[in-house]
Amino acid sequence: MKQHNRTPLYDAHLAHGAKMVDFAGWQMPIHYGSQLEEHHQVRRAAGMFDVSHMGVVDLHGSKARDYLRYMLANDVAKLDGQPGKALYSCLLNEQGGVIDDLIVYHMDHVWYRLVINAGNRERDLGWLLRHAGSFDVDVVLRDDLAMIAVQGPEARARVHSLLRDDQEAVGKLARFSALALDRSFIARTGYTGEDGYEMMIDAEEAEDWWHALLDAGVVPCGLGARDTLRLEAGMNLHGHEMDENTSPLVAALAWTIAWEPVDRSFIGRKVLDNERAAGPTQQLIGLVLEEKGVLRAGQAVIIDGVGEGQTTSGSFSPTLGQAIALARVPRNQAEHCQVVIRGKALRARIVKPPFVRHGKATF
Amino acid sequence: MSNIPSELKYNKSHEWVRREDDGTVTVGITDHAQDLLGDMVYVELPEVGRELAAEEECAVVESVKAASDVYAPLTGEVVAVNEALEDSPEIVNQNPYGDGWLFRIQPADIAAVEMMLDAEAYAAIVAAES
Repeated sequence: MKQHNRTPLYDAHLAHGAKMVDFAGWQMPIHYGSQLEEHHQVRRAAGMFDVSHMGVVDLHGSKARDYLRYMLANDVAKLDGQPGKALYSCLLNEQGGVIDDLIVYHMDHVWYRLVINAGNRERDLGWLLRHAGSFDVDVVLRDDLAMIAVQGPEARARVHSLLRDDQEAVGKLARFSALALDRSFIARTGYTGEDGYEMMIDAEEAEDWWHALLDAGVVPCGLGARDTLRLEAGMNLHGHEMDENTSPLVAALAWTIAWEPVDRSFIGRKVLDNERAAGPTQQLIGLVLEEKGVLRAGQAVIIDGVGEGQTTSGSFSPTLGQAIALARVPRNQAEHCQVVIRGKALRARIVKPPFVRHGKATF
Repeated sequence: MSNIPSELKYNKSHEWVRREDDGTVTVGITDHAQDLLGDMVYVELPEVGRELAAEEECAVVESVKAASDVYAPLTGEVVAVNEALEDSPEIVNQNPYGDGWLFRIQPADIAAVEMMLDAEAYAAIVAAES
């Protein structure tokens, strides 16, 4: 059944001239006039994204830590003694495929918070609940919250300007950490490669926050810019770089798997241990097109003497002014390859993502 | 509301054509089409001299969001392409009926232009889509 969920900011988007699209059953802004300008705004100053379609899931209980150590490929034990600290992890199935990727925030010894992808909400919740019983953990979807990501080199200063009593505490927040305040939850995380915050707030207060941020000079940005920003930052998107039939080992996510301690059992571990021992046969690489054209997901990639693969995400990079892509290919040491676009093989350079850091090319 | 000049002819796949004094026709995409696609980042044009059949895919306009085919509105030979678009595809967004033209055709039968949609008929198609 086709769903048309709306976030608490739906009316605010329309009022700001958003072009709305369906995204995973949600009516979301793709842009408010120019995707390119929104992209540049985030690289150069500050932009904000309504990401209320993502799922916020709270886990409560004395066994929440044990539960997550079993559920996640990364190890929440790394967060012990660091309340507020966040960790990026894959949620794997028994075959080592990626059900979703998420951020887990360790708030205290009986409270962890997950942020999951909009398109996987139901799948994730079912999976989380199915395994929660034996750990006596409460799994609560926080539908009462909205989430706004404020990103860019000036993002933090503009958010600080809106805070009163909490300004100092938020200002001290380390990267990849969060602070639970009385009426909000502020995390120094994001999906753009820029510094900034992801703010979880009461749905009823979302519009007030949105307007305050607008007044502070933060520019609304749509899902279009969000995608080109994350691609430039070399970040994976579930459903593109990985899915339930893809191992994290061929999605450039080996760094997110905590192999130690070896006696920690987690879902998918056996399959991944074997794959790691055998050596993965594929890898995820970055491509920069050296000819005119635009890379898109699903194009064939040919590496001479090695074999063929496929692009998983591709776009014009607004920061670089040329086309970039992520691609899964057989393991190789090549420096160049060809990408087939409308029947023509065009030359591309192989680079290690990210493509952009601090607003500049990394290669 | 998108701009639909009354002196041009259109087809339902959102190309416009204009008859020139020298017997050729200029082809572009409509304001509605450029607005749907968003920021243009690449335009692939046919080779000059290529013989096109009406409704044949002959160019591609790519925005940051998506690639979209452009169809030949008429049968004929390509006599010129807008080379400025190679470095500045955004002209298609800024001025779709002027500097943002795509290519010119020497039509096999100029009368075919009159068979295309007029502004009113095209406006009805746009209205039905939105």
